[in-house]
Amino acid sequence: MSARRKIAVLHIGLLVLLFALQFVLPAYHHGNLARIMVLASYAVGYNILFGYTGLLSLGHALFFAAGMYGMALTVNHLGWTPAPALIAGLVAGLVVSAALGVLALRTAGVAFMIVTLMFAQAGYLTILYFGEWTRGDEGFVIQQAQRMLWGIDLSDPGNRYFAALTLFAVSLMVCLVLVRHPFGRTLVAIRENEERVRMLGYDTFAHKLGAVVISGTISAAAGAFYGLLFGYAGASFASVQYSIFPLLWVLLGGAGTVLGPFIGTLFMFYLIDLSSGVTTAYMLIAGVVLVLLTLFAPQGLVGELRRRVWRWLP
Amino acid sequence: MELGPYLLLATLEGAVTAAVLALTAVGLSLVFGVMRVVNIAHGEFFMLGAVIAWYVAQMMGGHPAIGFGAALIIAPLLVGIIAVAVDMTILKRIDYDPERTIVATIGVLYIIQQLTLMGYGPEARPVAPPFNTRLAIPWWEFKDGSLQMYWPWGLSTTSYKLAVICAAPVVLLGVWLMMARTKIGLLMRATQQDRDMALAFGIPVERVYALVFGIGAGLAALAAVLIVPIQQAHYLMGADPLLLSFIVVIIGGLGSLPGTVVAAILIGLSDGIISVFFSPTLAKILATLLVGLVLVFRPNGLFGTRGS
Repeated sequence: MSARRKIAVLHIGLLVLLFALQFVLPAYHHGNLARIMVLASYAVGYNILFGYTGLLSLGHALFFAAGMYGMALTVNHLGWTPAPALIAGLVAGLVVSAALGVLALRTAGVAFMIVTLMFAQAGYLTILYFGEWTRGDEGFVIQQAQRMLWGIDLSDPGNRYFAALTLFAVSLMVCLVLVRHPFGRTLVAIRENEERVRMLGYDTFAHKLGAVVISGTISAAAGAFYGLLFGYAGASFASVQYSIFPLLWVLLGGAGTVLGPFIGTLFMFYLIDLSSGVTTAYMLIAGVVLVLLTLFAPQGLVGELRRRVWRWLP
Repeated sequence: MELGPYLLLATLEGAVTAAVLALTAVGLSLVFGVMRVVNIAHGEFFMLGAVIAWYVAQMMGGHPAIGFGAALIIAPLLVGIIAVAVDMTILKRIDYDPERTIVATIGVLYIIQQLTLMGYGPEARPVAPPFNTRLAIPWWEFKDGSLQMYWPWGLSTTSYKLAVICAAPVVLLGVWLMMARTKIGLLMRATQQDRDMALAFGIPVERVYALVFGIGAGLAALAAVLIVPIQQAHYLMGADPLLLSFIVVIIGGLGSLPGTVVAAILIGLSDGIISVFFSPTLAKILATLLVGLVLVFRPNGLFGTRGS
């Protein structure tokens, strides 16, 4: 079997498996998996910038929140229906990521990380500042009646699962196509040696900006879906913690792999889910995993798998 | 009501903030300057200093000054040892790679914070100040053709706050003397200028790194011990000092100690005054945006001399 067919079989196989699982899973895990698929889409978006372009952002919560609030505010205050509201969320993410990209890409390395962190923090504080509309930390609920997409009730677990799967499938396919496209290959080249890519005549700034915008827009889509599917928007989704989470998921699953973000999100979600039953200090697990990963497995789970067994993994 | 006395009060409060901030930020700046790594867990070392001070004060009993005096020595020392352990077990093994260090210290941040939550609990606890005389703030006015001193009603500060304002310059002078006049300071500066050359000259660079990381954390802990009689010790108290130290270090120029001190005084003093005129959230928004924009457009800081 050629590498190309193996890749197709593996990824489509995963989507088919996820589709089939909804009929057998008990209600609790069914709900969890829907949540994981939306969060994994966020991680897929993050991975395009971090894993493939080599730009470590500490401010992706800004994009996630831009999508979530772009959707939720138009639904709640302008009375929009979900379809245009989702598009509003996507546009918000696109605009915010383009603006942040233009500013932050003037810096590199550690400065890039701090600049993204600071702008995301400013965004979080801005949401708190306009508490009259956003309800700040407390957040607001999106009513069931406001969550009817083309007559489909998205608060119903079955529909919700299917919507989450659709989002995840689209994100995964975008990522898969992107990394095999010349544009994506240039991003990988920038990660490996930006100086050389520039010398070969590529406009590295434009490529990096493209990566920020694609990554930010996918993250915003995840944010918008998260708000719509689970009926809640709150400022905590814009906090530093939600910038750290995708980094954690991608590092755990394997940066620069298509499947890594999903595997990382799946593992981390259940790790935190299990430990929060034992202690309130569940973020301890996140800290320990972060340290262990940087020390012993910078490649992540799928990265190690690629290094040892399946060298053809994209 | 006159503005003058209130401005004096705000300046005094701001000077306390500036004093504590200067110590914390110099710790962060020292680590960045010598080791070229950003320590995200710096605020947690600050928090640990405050929490350890509470434990020490609890154990000592007797007059508050005994517990506080002991905390002043024990807390920075303990935190320094913890930081050295973090350096040797984690940072050394990832070879001080700047980006991986940030990820690792984010992990350390959560580990320290959550372990404190498990051991110390979510309560905020006070430490008694060693001395706390209330001092009324004097003001002057022209009356009957001559300058007369009077005491505006209700405005006061405490002797402890004045002591904090005086203590910070002493400690900073000590840090400067260590860097400029001692052998170990010379080794640190040599390592800062050229790590490989220092290594070639037989300087134990890794031990210098561990020491610098320990001293940086110790300074944060010392600042926390000084502030804990005014603020209470709480497991989430590290976030604000971290953010403010970042702002100070970046405005002052990454790794430049004099710039850091100037920026700390500037930010500390203006923090009080800005908070009077704007809402604290808006002040924070402006401050974080300022840091981001300074990094984008003036990467060497407003007073910076060296690039990063």
